[in-house]
Amino acid sequence: MNTLTDFLTNEILCEKIEDIKGNFIIYCSPEQWIEMMSSFKSNKFFVFDYMYCLTCVDLKDSLEMNYFLRATSTLDEIQIKVKLDKSNPKIETASLHWDTADILEREVYDLFGVFFSNHPNLKRIILPEDFEGFPLRKDFVDPINLIKL
Amino acid sequence: MYQTKDILLSPDQHQDGYTVINIGPQHPSTHGVLNLVVTLDGEIIKDVQPNLGFIHRSIEKMSESLSYRQFIYVTSRMDYLSSHINNHACCLCVEQGLEIEIPKRGQYIRMIMDELTRVSSHLLWWGAQSMDLGAFTPYFYAFRERDMITDIFEKNCGARLTMNYMVPGGVMWDVQSDFMDDIKKFIKQYQSRVHEYHDLVTYNFIFQKRMQHIGIISKEDAISFGCSGPVARGSNFRCDIRKSYPYELYSSLDFNESLETSGDCFSRYLVRIKEIDESIKIIEALMADFPEGDFQAKTKAVLKLPKGEFYQKVETARGEFGVYIVSDGGATPYRIKYRSPGLSNLSILNKISQGAKIGDLIAILGTLDLVIPDIDR
Amino acid sequence: MTILKFILIPIIIIALFSIIGMFLVYMERKVCAFMQIRIGPNRVGKFGMLQTVADTLKLVLKENFSPKYIDKFLYNLAPLLAIIIPFVLTIPIAYSKSWQIWDINIGVLFITAFSSLSVISILIAGWASNNKYSMIGALRSGAQIISYELSGGLAILTIVMFSQSLKISEIIASQANGWWIIKGHIPVIVSFCIYMITITAECNRAPFDLTEAESELTAGFHTEYSGMKFALFFLAEYLNIFILSALGVILYLGGWQPFHLPNLLEFNNIMDFIPAPIWFFFKVFLIIFIIMWFRWTFPRLRIDQLLKLEWHFLLPLSLLNLIFGFILIMLNFIVK
Repeated sequence: MNTLTDFLTNEILCEKIEDIKGNFIIYCSPEQWIEMMSSFKSNKFFVFDYMYCLTCVDLKDSLEMNYFLRATSTLDEIQIKVKLDKSNPKIETASLHWDTADILEREVYDLFGVFFSNHPNLKRIILPEDFEGFPLRKDFVDPINLIKL
Repeated sequence: MYQTKDILLSPDQHQDGYTVINIGPQHPSTHGVLNLVVTLDGEIIKDVQPNLGFIHRSIEKMSESLSYRQFIYVTSRMDYLSSHINNHACCLCVEQGLEIEIPKRGQYIRMIMDELTRVSSHLLWWGAQSMDLGAFTPYFYAFRERDMITDIFEKNCGARLTMNYMVPGGVMWDVQSDFMDDIKKFIKQYQSRVHEYHDLVTYNFIFQKRMQHIGIISKEDAISFGCSGPVARGSNFRCDIRKSYPYELYSSLDFNESLETSGDCFSRYLVRIKEIDESIKIIEALMADFPEGDFQAKTKAVLKLPKGEFYQKVETARGEFGVYIVSDGGATPYRIKYRSPGLSNLSILNKISQGAKIGDLIAILGTLDLVIPDIDR
Repeated sequence: MTILKFILIPIIIIALFSIIGMFLVYMERKVCAFMQIRIGPNRVGKFGMLQTVADTLKLVLKENFSPKYIDKFLYNLAPLLAIIIPFVLTIPIAYSKSWQIWDINIGVLFITAFSSLSVISILIAGWASNNKYSMIGALRSGAQIISYELSGGLAILTIVMFSQSLKISEIIASQANGWWIIKGHIPVIVSFCIYMITITAECNRAPFDLTEAESELTAGFHTEYSGMKFALFFLAEYLNIFILSALGVILYLGGWQPFHLPNLLEFNNIMDFIPAPIWFFFKVFLIIFIIMWFRWTFPRLRIDQLLKLEWHFLLPLSLLNLIFGFILIMLNFIVK
């Protein structure tokens, strides 16, 4: 358990780990993500306690959640990718482990329509509550305000 | 955004005699169009719920249809007080994808501009914070100094607020011949006057009493809530990207990361004051060996990033700003995400302002140094 | 003759106070500009002298807007009440030896009693506006003005004790051989400092402007007022400053009496040559300048700090000061 590589390969249950020039990208399923969150916070060696970015990417056929985590003591960084079904995007909330995820997940919920289960306050944050559609999805067309140039 | 049921509570819904008031979107101390739904028990705050979205322009969606040269200009409109640094982050991210080397002079100009932006942003904040606490005069003093920096920007970049000076490959054009003299003049004037400002504000008894022991952020909270910049460094959390993940030539520079331990409003104030001094130190060091040569690397007319993902983070005046580009190999980004420092810093507001008074809320809100377009994007 | 008096005196007071109000607004803007490295009003008239006239004209001509769901009667009553009080307060003020409307024998008491009524107009304004900001501002002012009345009253009492009179003319006469601030030693200096703090608080001026608290409560109790009704509040604030500064001059700085130095006959004769009203107004504007100086220098206090300052510090201090003064009188250390 000396290096981050060992830690990730031995301790973390996931589909695939990619190493691009020292940047670790972990691919996992929504079920594995639940397990992973607690092991990232509770292990002794690499406590990934700082979530510096959380976002979603619309891959046209599916949605992909991206979590960017940092261990503040060792300055290691990892990125976790979770693929979600586009017709029913649903994933466990990370706000119980990282408080910042609360507001970031609300933003993703607002703009992408990803549903976070067990989120304490899942409401639209930027758009008005009667807004229809999720504007950052690729298939979103706004007939009034054409964003496309 | 506007959750009707939160705001239009009928009188019988005010349980326990609490008052619900709206601070903002038009309010002198929210510095923009932020709406806070505040539940009050007399003067004491029970709950603060921020309502965002009043200046949401969907810059992320807009960037998806702009080319890699164009989308940089949009980012100036996000955190308009550190537009240079926003542009810088985007340029670095594009350069990371293109794998181009920046000429030394270009890097130096970029870093000097970054630090000047930081100084000007902190000066504006210093004035605005004093104004939030009821002292109007420091605002004008801060603007006198800030104006000199803005003049430098205007002379060299052609704009005073949204500069768009940095382009992939370097900077748009070379600096003017009297660039150095202007900066030296500013530093001289600032250093000769700064002690007056400390006498007026920092050592002011009322000011200290208003700022100390309120809005305390513990280090654990700062990490968990994703705070960054002076807000987190006030709680003794080392998070300066320039130190921990150096970009450009910051690794070769000698400067201190400003840290304070107590985590209250006053320590956040002190961090920013110290940061101004550190930035001036960096500018002086950079000016000492300002190289000659090209200011821009040769780039293609149409930039195309290879297929893949790129993440670049920089330290703005408000904290960690990140650009996440997903490219599909085309001339426009497939998806762009801006990690704005303001959004994470705002999320801690409810936790630290509970039990404080209305006057404290204004002080806390001020020290978080929120720029609303940066939060809404 | 009596009827003529009844007509003339109000007209003179209204004219005088309008001029004073306008001048004070102009002075505030110039002082503020001077402290903030600005020029201040400089377009209307020479040095912007007519700026306040133009502003007043604008306020008078503005639509008299009042929001829905207000208590109409109280909403309109509050600004009137606010402006009436300073006019009443002017009665015992002596501008020179003979320029005094009514030398009432309880002059100081009269001023303290009536000036505490100004809180009522603020409370009414806050309540009638049907606005939460106004209400919070009004409640703050209730707590603030009533508590600062106490130490203000005790500070005044020190001088009343020394001069052994409540009558304005007698208080001034007792300073013929030296102003109280000079011959009164420590108790008077302490009481003068307390008095300066209290009048700043009672006029709701920064650093005690919690009732307005621009950055917290937008405009506090007058959030919903506009046009002439707002102008009346605005004018009342400046007139209150003027009256309370005038009282301060009468109590501590010898009223309309010229500045004299002992054993310098020539100097004293030159000083006597300057008319009494000029002396009076000069001193009043000096005190007003200090109050303006406070405003443009200090940050605002928080409500609990404000009350703490009064109840934990100023009130005990003024009580002790009163006792100290009493002891000095008993020991014949201070003579009238």
